[in-house]
Amino acid sequence: MYFTDCIRCSGCIEVGAFGKEAYILTGYLNVPKIIEITLNNGINPLTGKQVSIKTGDPRDFGSYGELYNAFKKQLNYIVNQKVLVSNYIDRMFAKYSPATFLSVVIEDCITKGKDYYNGGPRYNTNYIQCTGLGTVTDSLSTLKKHIFEDKTFSMEALLNAISKNFEGEEILRQTIINNTPFYGNDDDYADNIALQVYNDLFDAIDGKPNTKGEMFHLNMLSTTCHVYFGKIMGATPNGRLAHKSISDGTSPSHGCDTNGPSAVIKSLTKIDQVKSGGTLLNQRFLPSLLKRDEDMIKLGQLVRSYFALGGHHIQFNIVDTATLLAAQKNPEDFKDLLVRMAGYSDYFNDMNADLQQEVIDRTENESF
Amino acid sequence: MNAGLIFDIKKFAINDGPGIRMTVFFKGCNLQCKWCHNPESMSPKVQKMYNAKKCIGAVKCVEICPNDALEMTKEGIVTNYDVCNLCGKCAEVCPTKAFEMLGQDISINDLMKKIDNEAIFFDQSGGGVTFSGGEPLMHSEYLIKILKECGKRMYHRVVDTTAFSKLETVLELAKHTELFLIDLKVMDSKIHKKFTGVSNEKILSNIVELAKTKCELIFRIPLIQAVNTSKENIKETAKFINSLEGNRSVVNLLPYHNIAVNKHSKLGNLTDVIAFETPNEVEINNIISIFNNFGITATVGG
Repeated sequence: MYFTDCIRCSGCIEVGAFGKEAYILTGYLNVPKIIEITLNNGINPLTGKQVSIKTGDPRDFGSYGELYNAFKKQLNYIVNQKVLVSNYIDRMFAKYSPATFLSVVIEDCITKGKDYYNGGPRYNTNYIQCTGLGTVTDSLSTLKKHIFEDKTFSMEALLNAISKNFEGEEILRQTIINNTPFYGNDDDYADNIALQVYNDLFDAIDGKPNTKGEMFHLNMLSTTCHVYFGKIMGATPNGRLAHKSISDGTSPSHGCDTNGPSAVIKSLTKIDQVKSGGTLLNQRFLPSLLKRDEDMIKLGQLVRSYFALGGHHIQFNIVDTATLLAAQKNPEDFKDLLVRMAGYSDYFNDMNADLQQEVIDRTENESF
Repeated sequence: MNAGLIFDIKKFAINDGPGIRMTVFFKGCNLQCKWCHNPESMSPKVQKMYNAKKCIGAVKCVEICPNDALEMTKEGIVTNYDVCNLCGKCAEVCPTKAFEMLGQDISINDLMKKIDNEAIFFDQSGGGVTFSGGEPLMHSEYLIKILKECGKRMYHRVVDTTAFSKLETVLELAKHTELFLIDLKVMDSKIHKKFTGVSNEKILSNIVELAKTKCELIFRIPLIQAVNTSKENIKETAKFINSLEGNRSVVNLLPYHNIAVNKHSKLGNLTDVIAFETPNEVEINNIISIFNNFGITATVGG
């Protein structure tokens, strides 16, 4: 490893070489949107515009392999576009918006006579933060199981239901939600899909050249983007309704981890988390679970188990739904209610209604 | 016996012994306590549970039922148990899982795979596996095999039992168990029989013998108002615990809660369901101080 002398935890979940590195998070990537675009042959269904390459009408796919190949082509195309634009932005920063003061305190900028944004620091890394591993995995799992294996329903029927935002299709939607292997349950069927998507994201991103003679890497941070990304999407094959939040970071989809936190941890550690600049796992527990000292100790042991298995980051909200709903209703009484968003905390009352709803929708573990 | 009828496996159980555990719930019990929190564990047979709240009226179950046992009514699906043969097709096709089949034969190999999968959590926490129910001792042959397998892997083993079994069985199990969680319902044998269906002499004499082994024992007492919360019963219980060999001085108190009433209706079992009363906080604190006076640590929950 080339930065062994100064590794620190950065702002949220990333690891960086403090004082020596320009650690540029160039932008978030809405991975579930790539499924949406794949299922629409390169068209964004919300605008009707052709935004990506044509990979074929999904109704013509004869196997899950064909579908996944189309998804992978779209993924590679979109990542390449993103790198192109990110590099353009980086050149603009270097030319028009130098960070003179920052360059004084970051090592090697003075020696090299180069700005922070222009390759001055000793290390110059770029990251693309991918969001929605849960949503994309559950969507692919639904397509694989119900359309190509069990033939529970046809691609046509599913696309039709998605275009109507599942209106009048509650039976189909419930069939998906309750009868599909979802990510976060220590079920290899879904977890192998997550692993494949994660590895393909890594292959698409890692090593792409940046503007400073170094390269791009994968990151799995979402901050609050999962809420915005959900807003600009229609319904997804996993039964998620249009404009609802997608899953955050590497967390399971909201309410889809039904086998407790140990199963979540087992699922997440099937991916090689070291390959990314950081992963993010949100968990929500009821306060009643952590009443006794020994409960706190067991929570600590859960965290240690996660790290022993190769986990990178986990965070908790210890609050019940009733409290969150009460805080929405009477914000004055809950001025001090802090919640953990994504590698950072925020006052519940300072968050907009969509973000608040996202926290409320997170799976509430009533027992470990 | 190479398969045991199991109705639930709970990962990350934190209230059934030390550390982070996996709890395996066996189906079937030789006591029929009228307050049972898990009525779905009482019958040793496969059962069907229906949750009307989840039902969205897809009626796929009605269409698929080979025996025409189901009917859609205003209150949801009603099963005619005279013709239902519990084939489980309704549960298979239900889009919302409103129907659930309870009780699955799981082989020793399959169960050990599930247990091994959680080993990292046992290792990090000093936890292990808890066998509960129902009454796990009703599956003693299978249970002993599983306990031996767990022993080979050095997992900490807990058996949660009423101790209502043959003495030989209890003592054989003790060779392969680190901790017993033992239910002590009520000391008066007549009251015991009235509410659980069996008298308690055998239970108490088994506990006396079990206390002579090296196993750790923790007593679990459900607190049911007007059944076992009287001063006399608590004192008798404390005296009994103090009379046992070794240091047997930990009691978990489990105040009655009425969630089971709802579960009974989901099982289609509407007769013979009694809602009991939960003792209030003052009464629970009084019970704790009686135990403390006898030198016994009593805590709520566990």
